[in-house]
Amino acid sequence: MSIDTTPKQSWWSRIAHPGQFVAWTSPLLWPLTILTAVLFIIGLWFAFFNSPADYQMGDTVRIMYVHVPNAWLSQFVYGVMTVSALGTLVWRHPMADVSMKAAAPLGAMFTALALFTGALWGRPTWGTFWEWDGRMTSTLVLLFIYLGIVALWRAFDDQLRAARIIAVFTLVGAINIPIIKFSVDWWSTLHQPASVFRADGPTMPGSILTPLFVMFFAFTFLFLTLHLKAMHTEVKRRRVMGLQRRMAQGDAA
Amino acid sequence: MTALRAMLGRELRLALRGGGDVLTLVLFFIITGAIVAFAVGPDSVLLARIAPGMVWVAAFLAMLLGLDRLFRPDHEDGALILLRQAELPLSAAIAAKVMVHWLVSALPLILASPLLALQLAMDGETFWRMVASLLVGTPALAAFGAVGAAVTVSIRGGGLIAPILIAPLSIPVLIFGVGSITASQSSAALLFLAALSLMAVSLAPFAAALAISSAED
Repeated sequence: MSIDTTPKQSWWSRIAHPGQFVAWTSPLLWPLTILTAVLFIIGLWFAFFNSPADYQMGDTVRIMYVHVPNAWLSQFVYGVMTVSALGTLVWRHPMADVSMKAAAPLGAMFTALALFTGALWGRPTWGTFWEWDGRMTSTLVLLFIYLGIVALWRAFDDQLRAARIIAVFTLVGAINIPIIKFSVDWWSTLHQPASVFRADGPTMPGSILTPLFVMFFAFTFLFLTLHLKAMHTEVKRRRVMGLQRRMAQGDAA
Repeated sequence: MTALRAMLGRELRLALRGGGDVLTLVLFFIITGAIVAFAVGPDSVLLARIAPGMVWVAAFLAMLLGLDRLFRPDHEDGALILLRQAELPLSAAIAAKVMVHWLVSALPLILASPLLALQLAMDGETFWRMVASLLVGTPALAAFGAVGAAVTVSIRGGGLIAPILIAPLSIPVLIFGVGSITASQSSAALLFLAALSLMAVSLAPFAAALAISSAED
């Protein structure tokens, strides 16, 4: 009679091993990529050919299908980073800091895209690329926070030690973001009349809502795919760095 | 309590005997005001209009300059490791550091602010509101600064990255600080500023302590 001596592990602790994590999640990568591509094809087809032009904004309304998902991701990615930061600080889960590091540049990119598409949309509809409006300003501040976190990651030599420190900063930022949003809203209503925004128009008809929904999921899956791939890359980069360090030590000895 | 008092005394002595740092900061603050006047021209109406914002920008920049002094010397000579082992919680030691940081880098600025008010053609009533808003708001800047300094203390040459991290977090302080001088709802802004300062001062020492203890692992 043999006794099973291997310790029982939950999937949670099994993926804590970076190599195991890559092995387990690699099969997910292709399905995710295909799903993202299909969603983008459907979403873009709806957005370009199968949705009406707005009676006020004309064809420029189609920018919304790119702009709104990016704006959503700019906040969602910070949420992912916050949860990962908790994972780093509370459970010291090794993959949490990889996830945190991989998400930061992606979040910065989505935020920059949200600002960029917003500027492109603002020019024909409001007549200006940039306005110090509350929402735009707080998105800009969010971009600064993302870029600060990316700069912080790059400043540390030791990425393992960096993770816990950056997790602290990410959480401080997470507490601050609502405060920044509130203060910026207070500031912008005080400094300029809210004339650029029409009062809420009629609720969107389904013909616009469908492509928006599809594009929303397409972008979210794009993030998930890129995030997973970036995590794999980070795991491999760390392994390469570890090997290089060992080689250097071997040379010295 | 005696440990906290000893910590406060140590920090104060270090800051005051460490040379002319305090005066340099004040000088920087006043020179910033002069630079603003040179940059926008000697138009006293325009200067008076932008004065509240400029005072806050000058104070913000001056407080960023002093940040590197907060933890770096203690990190380099190993005192931070000793503080971690001490009976006094690290967060309490950091709270003492933040208090002294405020005393030596914010209070002198407030004392020097009449000079800036003169340079920027501020009227009397605005001046008193500016003093109030600086008194209430600068503790929040000191607290955020402590978090930024703690996060970057183990980076060699990390002096530049702390301002980048802190600036976005300090935006609410600047908004409400300037708002409490100029805005029509200035008393509401002052209350928000006070709330922000209280929250930042009470939470920042814990965040900074967490960052420092993970940096030294």
